[in-house]
Amino acid sequence: MSKITINNNDVDLSGVDPNTPLLWALRDTLGLVGTKFGCGIAQCGACTVLMNGQAIRSCQARVGQINDAEITTIEGLADDDGNLTPLQQAWIDHDVPQCGYCQAGQIMSATALLHNKPSPSKDEIDAAMSGNICRCGTYTRIVAAIESVAEKANGGDAS
Amino acid sequence: MNNTPIIFNDPLRAINPEPANSPGLMNGNDQVNGGVSRREFIRLAGIGGSLVVAMSVMPGRVSALTTKNANSSALNAYVEINGDGTITILAPNPEVGQGVKTSLPMIVAEELDANWDDVVIENSPIDLERFGRQFAGGSMSIPMRWDELRNMGAVVRHVLLQAASQRWNVPIDQLSSKDSVITHSKSEKTISYGDIAQQASELALPDPKTLTLKTPEQYHLIGRRITGVDNLAIVTGQPLFGIDTVVPDMLFATYIKCPQIGGKAVSANVDELMKRPGVRHAFIMDGTVDIAYFNPGGVDMMSGLAIVADSSWEALDARQHAKIKWDTSKASTDSWDTLVEQAKAVADKPGAVEVEHKGDVDTALKDSATTRRAHYTFGYISHAQMEPENCVAAWNSNGSIEVWAPTQTPQSAVTSLAKVLGIEEAKVNLHQIRGGGGFGRRLDNDYAREAALISKEISKPVKLQWTREDDMNYDCFRPGGFYALEAGLDSKGKLTAWDNHSIAVSADGEKPNSSAGHWKTDFPGHMLKHFRHAQTLLESKTQTGPLRAPVSNTYAFAEQSFMHELSSAIGKDHVEFLVETLGEPKWIDEGNIRSLNTARAINVIQTVAKRAGWGKKMPAGRALGIAFYFSHAGHIAEVADVSVDDSLGAEGSKKVTVHKVWVVADIGHVVNLSGAENQCQGSVVDGIGGMMSQSITMTDGRIDQQNFHQYPLMRANKSPEIDIHFVKSDFAPTGIGEPALPPVAPAICNAIYTINGERIREMPLSNLGYRL
Repeated sequence: MSKITINNNDVDLSGVDPNTPLLWALRDTLGLVGTKFGCGIAQCGACTVLMNGQAIRSCQARVGQINDAEITTIEGLADDDGNLTPLQQAWIDHDVPQCGYCQAGQIMSATALLHNKPSPSKDEIDAAMSGNICRCGTYTRIVAAIESVAEKANGGDAS
Repeated sequence: MNNTPIIFNDPLRAINPEPANSPGLMNGNDQVNGGVSRREFIRLAGIGGSLVVAMSVMPGRVSALTTKNANSSALNAYVEINGDGTITILAPNPEVGQGVKTSLPMIVAEELDANWDDVVIENSPIDLERFGRQFAGGSMSIPMRWDELRNMGAVVRHVLLQAASQRWNVPIDQLSSKDSVITHSKSEKTISYGDIAQQASELALPDPKTLTLKTPEQYHLIGRRITGVDNLAIVTGQPLFGIDTVVPDMLFATYIKCPQIGGKAVSANVDELMKRPGVRHAFIMDGTVDIAYFNPGGVDMMSGLAIVADSSWEALDARQHAKIKWDTSKASTDSWDTLVEQAKAVADKPGAVEVEHKGDVDTALKDSATTRRAHYTFGYISHAQMEPENCVAAWNSNGSIEVWAPTQTPQSAVTSLAKVLGIEEAKVNLHQIRGGGGFGRRLDNDYAREAALISKEISKPVKLQWTREDDMNYDCFRPGGFYALEAGLDSKGKLTAWDNHSIAVSADGEKPNSSAGHWKTDFPGHMLKHFRHAQTLLESKTQTGPLRAPVSNTYAFAEQSFMHELSSAIGKDHVEFLVETLGEPKWIDEGNIRSLNTARAINVIQTVAKRAGWGKKMPAGRALGIAFYFSHAGHIAEVADVSVDDSLGAEGSKKVTVHKVWVVADIGHVVNLSGAENQCQGSVVDGIGGMMSQSITMTDGRIDQQNFHQYPLMRANKSPEIDIHFVKSDFAPTGIGEPALPPVAPAICNAIYTINGERIREMPLSNLGYRL
């Protein structure tokens, strides 16, 4: 049986068909609806979550294939007191969303990026974020929000 | 909109997403200036220490609101002030990413002098009598409610001041308000809105006509950058969208329609499917029509197989095992390649129908010193909003239904569901839910009809979830089409005649399909003595509908590219040519402030040229292109800084880089600066994606593209720098959800011509060997 920790909670998905994509187990079984369905074929990034700190497409990860993994969803970013991560706050400060549907996936990809590389270049941001589609076209704000957090992480020097 | 006439004399009618017979039809300027023309009714009720304001916006509907002791839920309450100082403002129009859940309440809060930090926003119920027309379309949300919502804020502020004046026994004109606090400066007394609300609730509300609204210099909120009111919920992943809706005992449905559009389900391996894990129901639905055309308030539903299971995945998984026999005798047999061939064959012939002819175009062209003729082609595209269509419907055995639908036309959805279920509209309780992108796709309610009928069939609540493939196959596509344009210039290089032959798709051979064909435009044809619009229809059954700036999003490409062909032909600077064509300052339709104003147009063109450094020397392989387009009452000019690299790519593919786009817009007052800028940024990105690489084609009635791997949307690494400037204007605001999109494609194509001399006459450019 797969052992999965989601947002620091041990979860039991033994009642779920092991072929179920993590996306649908999160949404329908666990009620974590922040992770979104966009395409079902890993093209849009709306379903991005973190597995052991790395961004994955939850529409492609089958529940039965996940073992000893720590999953973080958009609901698990803020702390228990509701304090937002710097990226979440930057998303609000830059008024990034239009419809907002893709933004959970965008934030998860950006979180993984800054986890791996606290001060990414513009090209590195573009590369890391190009797997996430925003149909509304909020890319300039997404990049600006990420850069604002990277600057802080780097003592104010973005370069 | 399939039943709309070929030519729209009123641009508002052209964008009206509702069928002509729907109640409360948007009616030209009456709707825009609703605060003036509507008979207004206001009442006030004190409920549990709250001040509740209700204003009917529909004429002849006052009786429902006149009962003094009605409970709060029965009232049309835009504003509620609680004793703790919280000010609740209702947002009346659907939110699909255009920002109106933030910007509409801002208008109320401005006149109310509310501290925005005290404000809580809630979606209003769906109620025609109390909120008037509620829809998200035509960039109308702000202009249609500008007067109404300012009045709403002003009357509440007035009774708050009046109550303070009574409490302190001072004249009301000695009082001022700011940040939810009333001050009497002489005595230095202050009181918060929360503390005076109860007393204010006992006063009669004034007629808004007796109040003086603020002048722009007095604004504290309008024109500022305000972050979206749902942003906290979005960045923390709280349930917010249609797809997030969960109701007790809900099952999960998928609905399979024929891959050849319009085929009918005859039989299926239902017994086998019922044995799949979690499957509760599997059944064929006959539908109501062969092909469901765009009709928000109608009953169109296509035949298919419904599978209902305990979870989304079990329904989707079972779907992979479905074997369905289809009757395709009445299905579409459309092929895009055939339409292209047919269009070529008729493009240079006179149009089948002369829709409009002013002056004598043939003679004028003959007498011209210079003439140019060109064919423009544009393909079908898909809305591709990020949230695939979905709807939760819960049929009750008493013959009523509760529905949660992320629709742009909730009132039409109620009409539609009542009709298709055979019940009264009062039996349809529809909740408006945020939609994950709209772009016009959610104007139609086809998916809601499917959910409702499936729920009724099994008498259980269901969430119908379309797959991305469903969404792409059964979209109401932006129709493809063709323009053959011809124009004449006199010996001084002045435009004298304009001939437009539009070749449009039509299912019935009598009128263009929804959003196909050509609408009356103001520029440049209607500024000339000699102008003709003729039309030829090509038979096509593929379903179509409005997509962000319908018609404009393709005609602007043809019109503004062709204008550049003309100025290039005579070697005239294009900015000069555009300005000269616009001529003397005037309204095209005198007295209609939603018509094109040549002075405003010239101003945005000259301003954007200046901001972009028009005329400056550019590096090799790089150039600026400019385009102007007027739509949705917005005057917009854009310059694109573009380079083309044809040294790459083994097959000669030409790499286009859009370095920067400048947008200058005159849309009257800007309500939420951040939201308006966001719409412009999105329109530029949307415009580039649509023109460069997005294409829906069909072969023998089947859609060739199924998902994003075959339909490339714009991504972060292709997004240009975008400079946005709003002209300071004292005109009432117009909407900015759409009009910044049309100029994008021609601005870029005009730049490409300047770079390499190749005139782009086809979208998407990927068909011509260009790529981003």
